[in-house]
Amino acid sequence: MNAPSLDELFESARTGNRRALGRLLTMVERQDDNAVLVSERAHRDAGQARVIGVTGAPGSGKSTITGRLAAVSGAARPAILAIDPSSPLTGGAILGDRIRMDNNVSSSTFIRSMATRGHAGGLAVAVPDAVRVLDAAGCNPIIVETVGVGQVEVTVAAAADTTVVVVTPGWGDAVQANKAGLLEVADVFVVNKADRPDAHGARRDLELMLDLGHRGDWRAPIVLTTATEGEGIDDLWSEIERHTSYLHHSGELIRRRCRRRRSEVTDRIELGLRDRALHIIDDQSGESTMVRVERHELSPAAAAEQLLATLIPDKPPEE
Amino acid sequence: MSETPGISPLSADHQEPLRVVLAKLGFDGHDRGLKVVARTLRDAGMEVIYLGLRQTTDSIVAACEQEDADVIGLSMHNAGHLTLAPRMVQAVEEAGLGVPVVIGGIVPAEDVTVLIEAGVAVVLGPGASTEEVVAAVRAAVARQSPAR
Repeated sequence: MNAPSLDELFESARTGNRRALGRLLTMVERQDDNAVLVSERAHRDAGQARVIGVTGAPGSGKSTITGRLAAVSGAARPAILAIDPSSPLTGGAILGDRIRMDNNVSSSTFIRSMATRGHAGGLAVAVPDAVRVLDAAGCNPIIVETVGVGQVEVTVAAAADTTVVVVTPGWGDAVQANKAGLLEVADVFVVNKADRPDAHGARRDLELMLDLGHRGDWRAPIVLTTATEGEGIDDLWSEIERHTSYLHHSGELIRRRCRRRRSEVTDRIELGLRDRALHIIDDQSGESTMVRVERHELSPAAAAEQLLATLIPDKPPEE
Repeated sequence: MSETPGISPLSADHQEPLRVVLAKLGFDGHDRGLKVVARTLRDAGMEVIYLGLRQTTDSIVAACEQEDADVIGLSMHNAGHLTLAPRMVQAVEEAGLGVPVVIGGIVPAEDVTVLIEAGVAVVLGPGASTEEVVAAVRAAVARQSPAR
């Protein structure tokens, strides 16, 4: 049997075929030559779905909250993209988010686990592509869950229409709240595990931080949840809905999406340049330059300059 | 069906990293072995989609489809393998997934042949080393490849 064409795969994915959608996601996840074709094909039908980012410290309850949100959204075909780190040593990964979700979500929820796979720059391209494919397949909303450690992971979750940041009681005081970049991206805060002591203290610390100022005219609301019991999830969903309507009537939605599209182009260029940079290091002249650096004959700075010069001409080529 | 030029046969190549769905099927609470295997396969560079306890054939098939998995690993310690493992194989066939089913856990020697005849790719016992587990998973995927 011949492999199905790209159009056939998209058509099946649109009608709810999980396998077709799974295959398409694998293609963009690999970021090989096919990925560009898939991305371009998805671009035609995408742009409809609402994208919600969920981030926070490991073990704060993001997966449980994400699963619950998909359930209370009442959507016909919600999707979850759950991102976990790959081991930097072996490239392997344990993707364990589904075990926190499966019991709560309906069978119409599409869950895909994604590993960060090596350098984080790839994630900045693979995730928007995966969201685009899910969107083109008719999934809505799309919830992207990442561990809130590392600039790229936070940025990925923040590249959403609405970003939810999850903290737990005892996570830190108001000073921590201010210095952690994680908190600047929040549209909605969740204090999860609210059945634990000092949940209200955690809320107070966040309020204090917000009192010192926040971006624009949206002040991030703080919702207390006990996600394992499903408590507070309805409140969280209504705050997300409220933020969605704010995005629409303030014009912020368009601004955010424009920003997101622009930054994806930048990310793709960076990734492309990085790949080409690795090529010039790998080739013969690159290797001989590297050997001279190893022997202390050439400084790393001079070597990098030399190799870069072969990649980017000083002057742009004339038309 | 026509094939768009430039699109390679999808996933039939089983590029690394292999994606493995690990689960316990049915009513069985012994998940320590499964956790060890999850860690072993991760350390061998695979991506492990860990479903954990109390899964059904339906939930495993759904996860395989959504995750575009290359292989299913089931851990069995409840003496239900003769009933459950063939059902898993059948569910995989019905869904047209074409992924091998690897069993680990406590399976008496005389039952191994029965499971293999029922379509299980390989049965790994308590004595299997981590190297054997990794090699068996890779071999099961490689054997299945042409059929996918």
